Amino acid sequence: MPSPLIRWPVRVASLLACLLFWQVAASHKLDLGLFTFTYVPTPGAVLDAAWQLVTSSTLLEHLTSSLSRVFSGYLLAAVLGVALGLLIGRSRWAEDTLLPPLEVLRPIPAVAWIPLAILMFPSSELSMVFITFTGALFPVLLNTIHGVEAVDPRLVASARSLGAGRLAILREVVLPGALPSIVTGLAIGMGTSWFCLVTAEMISGQFGIGYYTWESYTLQNYPDIIVGMLLIGVLGMGSSALVKRLGALATPWYRLRRAS
Amino acid sequence: MSSYQQAPEPGRIDARGVSIRLGQGSQAFEAVQALDFAIEPGEFVCILGPSGCGKSTLLGALAGHLVPSGGQLEVDGLPVDGPSPQRGMVFQHHTLLPWRSVLDNVAFGLKMQGQGKAERHRRAYEMLQLVGLGDFAERWPSQLSGGMQQRAEIARVLINRPRLLLMDEPFGALDAQTRSRMQELLLDIWTRIRTTVVFVTHDIDEALFLADRILVMSPRPGRFIEDLRLTFPRPRRSSLLTSPEFTHLKRHCLALLRHEEGRELPRLTPLGLPDSDHPPLRIAL
Repeated sequence: MPSPLIRWPVRVASLLACLLFWQVAASHKLDLGLFTFTYVPTPGAVLDAAWQLVTSSTLLEHLTSSLSRVFSGYLLAAVLGVALGLLIGRSRWAEDTLLPPLEVLRPIPAVAWIPLAILMFPSSELSMVFITFTGALFPVLLNTIHGVEAVDPRLVASARSLGAGRLAILREVVLPGALPSIVTGLAIGMGTSWFCLVTAEMISGQFGIGYYTWESYTLQNYPDIIVGMLLIGVLGMGSSALVKRLGALATPWYRLRRAS
Repeated sequence: MSSYQQAPEPGRIDARGVSIRLGQGSQAFEAVQALDFAIEPGEFVCILGPSGCGKSTLLGALAGHLVPSGGQLEVDGLPVDGPSPQRGMVFQHHTLLPWRSVLDNVAFGLKMQGQGKAERHRRAYEMLQLVGLGDFAERWPSQLSGGMQQRAEIARVLINRPRLLLMDEPFGALDAQTRSRMQELLLDIWTRIRTTVVFVTHDIDEALFLADRILVMSPRPGRFIEDLRLTFPRPRRSSLLTSPEFTHLKRHCLALLRHEEGRELPRLTPLGLPDSDHPPLRIAL
């Protein structure tokens, strides 16, 4: 494998090449028949729009609204997803009663929840939190179930032979055994929570990065659309990396096993 | 006097007509059938038999992981009812918790008893020194060699001072050199921590080297076809393996096992069938 010293310049060069292509395609209004760059703003225009947003007073409010929505929905989904996942993974009765309705709800996209969410929740703020919640719940839930079911039954048997009761087995064997898979679920869930943000903020009245992106489209501020898109991408990537980092800290034995 | 040198616990096993069924529906079969035997406290018994004969299944029932379909299984007069720290189990591949240090793994049983951290670490460290792992207390289990993992596993079981030490081919996955060192180490530990040992193996040399008594098992349904008492003096050293008496008994065991040749059976485990859903282990919350 090439050394990191060679690989990093390659990665940066790849990004720069994409930017260059974007610049050329957008400035020449490249038309490929199937799709066209006629209305795509150039990187320069996007940079100007980004600078305007940064220097305006609204960025902070957009950011705090979006972050608080994503994180409240996400945290709720994380807690509920892990708890339900442990229950379903450990108990056949819970699997039979809880999993079928959840499986029916799972394929429903966030966008389809909007009308019902508006009808069900007293405030639009709560409906938006609910939509980011639906985005994160299922990856966390399914990965937790998978992790719990993959715990080596010999470890459970051994712990029982050493005097562990049900609660101790859950705490000492099942939860740590499923943790690497739960961390994966939490990282994926973080990403999907951000996916759902634009959808959620279509019903926002004022602030939020998703709202900003959608509003820019309706106002035909095309450079602003791309600023919003990139902002969501960067924030989503950053928070997923944060979750992965925290997850790695929580599972030091796991990193080591993969390295060896 | 250190904590592991206490008076030996009793550890008598009485089995009367024990049968164990595995599998479900039309696939079900009797892994062992109508076993009658008694094992004295402090005895070192090897159960010798070919792969799939049901010897691991019997061990699983003694540990309490499998429930006999018939007969009575008693330890010190009390029926076996589920797993217990009184009946410690060592599997062929270690079952140390990967997320705990070697020291915390060995201290696990004491933690389950509710002992404080300082006390359980002190006793776990003492136990690790007994198995020669004093320098590896802070490592992760995955950082140990196969032989060291099994030593840590034995230490973890023995810290509970079990009446029975149940071992399912514990050295079967080790290379020949390590295996013979582990056998000597096990006998050495056993002289210090006297407990009843039931040791399952298909290796005739291993059974003859370790045991006071060998129960030879024939496959499916598993039955005992020989009850062999060994009088080789202890402590035993590897020179025993080349003595004429040893060779004579080995030939006898070979003849008993060869009798059953030509029948390849899938390996059974102390938790039932290898690829089953492990129903006895699925515990409702």
